[in-house]
Amino acid sequence: MIIAESKPLAEIAALIKNARKILLVGCGGCVSVCLAGGEKETGILASELRMLRQVEGNPLETIEVTLTRQCDPEYVEMLANHLTEDIDCIVSLACGVGVQFLAERYQKWVVPALNTKFAGGTVEHGVWEERCGLCGECILYKTGGICPIIRCSKSILNGPCGGSQNGKCEINPDTPCAWQLIYDRLQALDKLDLLLELEPLKDWSQSRDGGPRKVVREDVKLD
Amino acid sequence: MKTASKLEKILSQGHFVVSGEVGPPKHANAEEIIEHTVMLKDYVDALNLTDNQTAIVRLSSIAAGVHVLQAGGEPIIQMTTRDRNRIALQSDLLGAYSLGIKNVLCLSGDHQSFGNHPAAKNVYDVDSLQLIKIVKDLRDEKRFSCGEELKSNEPRFFIGAAANPFADPFEFRVIRLEKKINAGADFIQTQAIFDMDRFERFMAMVRERDLHKKAHIIAGVMPIKSARAARYMQKSVAGMIVPEAIINRIEQASDPKAEGVAICVEQIKHLKTIEGVAGVHIMAVMWEDIIPTIVREAGLYPRPQL
Repeated sequence: MIIAESKPLAEIAALIKNARKILLVGCGGCVSVCLAGGEKETGILASELRMLRQVEGNPLETIEVTLTRQCDPEYVEMLANHLTEDIDCIVSLACGVGVQFLAERYQKWVVPALNTKFAGGTVEHGVWEERCGLCGECILYKTGGICPIIRCSKSILNGPCGGSQNGKCEINPDTPCAWQLIYDRLQALDKLDLLLELEPLKDWSQSRDGGPRKVVREDVKLD
Repeated sequence: MKTASKLEKILSQGHFVVSGEVGPPKHANAEEIIEHTVMLKDYVDALNLTDNQTAIVRLSSIAAGVHVLQAGGEPIIQMTTRDRNRIALQSDLLGAYSLGIKNVLCLSGDHQSFGNHPAAKNVYDVDSLQLIKIVKDLRDEKRFSCGEELKSNEPRFFIGAAANPFADPFEFRVIRLEKKINAGADFIQTQAIFDMDRFERFMAMVRERDLHKKAHIIAGVMPIKSARAARYMQKSVAGMIVPEAIINRIEQASDPKAEGVAICVEQIKHLKTIEGVAGVHIMAVMWEDIIPTIVREAGLYPRPQL
């Protein structure tokens, strides 16, 4: 899933400082699972902002709606009923995708309440880690299911580099060396021969370097 | 001979080579580089020019290499894949060769988080092994990394790579060295050696695979000025092993600098006896003027004349 975390309250407050009435939009997708932008977090943020403005003597009116997903026009459309003229600003608690889908659909100023971090998963309650670099051309079948693109700090494809010591990456003693993990796993599965051949240059045009990407499935298109 | 490199010529004649290292300055004046070259050129066969080492912005390694060349030295430019993509790397290879540089050492480089621009975006379009292959393909296949033909005047570099016998996993280090040699590395410079036993084990594996016959392996040494410097390298420099015995010797010496030189000279003399070691690379960081003393005391002076 997409992992996000809340921007500091002061930063969000500054983004809406000229608004008198705002619409806070939560998302029931990934950011709900990672406890950053679901219904509960939307309610908490709304009351925090109201209290802050109350203290400042500049009351803020809030409306809160949580959509099933903000990355889907079908659900984004459901916001139309809530968007009255007097709403000055929309605060989206979705990832960057949701923020943009709202901005594309509605003629209102939309600001993000979250920082979108990465594609990852829950490793323990309250801890999420990055796992996928979204490079567009998966090589996990060569590396024992461990991604060097995103888990190696240099994204090297022929590792481990000379900075790998005692299983850790040179950048931080808490960061495991991805290539040590790959080595250990391939050794355990008796597939170390996969590391003998030089991995050729990667085609980064499949990654973000090729501009915004699009997936089209003709078989499921409606028209 | 694959190239017109002096370093290749000296190595191919079977001499035990000596290379040194100059870190370009954090400003735009080349005086220090020229001074170091003049001071060292009769004591070393080639000089490495580091490429923004520890990710700190410095005068470029290619420009520094040209200054070395003009001052009568033989430059080995270091080239990391941290800051340039395949377009910039190949462009700089063409440019460096056009300026007379014949040796390049291909590295991935220190991560930017170590340097003075930790907010920088790293590139890593290619890794060090892929860079070796790029330099080799430009030279031997006369083609760019995209496959396009280089019709004339291909850059003919003598290709270097690094090996770190002190990084992990230890048993994979020789295999990775072999990958670098297969990718096109002609010579290898190792990380600074302090743990001689581990290096001996590494070289035994190198000989088992005949790698010393496929590439020239130059062993890295580093003279240490003080026990504090040794301790710092033991604790804080990634990919290094500094045994307690070495630190103790410097700590207990009445003249730590002299002891540092003595240890370095002993190491060089020992390395000379190891089958498959083709030379030494002396990394006297911030202590370049000690190199002549070390080379003399190690019995490596005078250097071969071409």
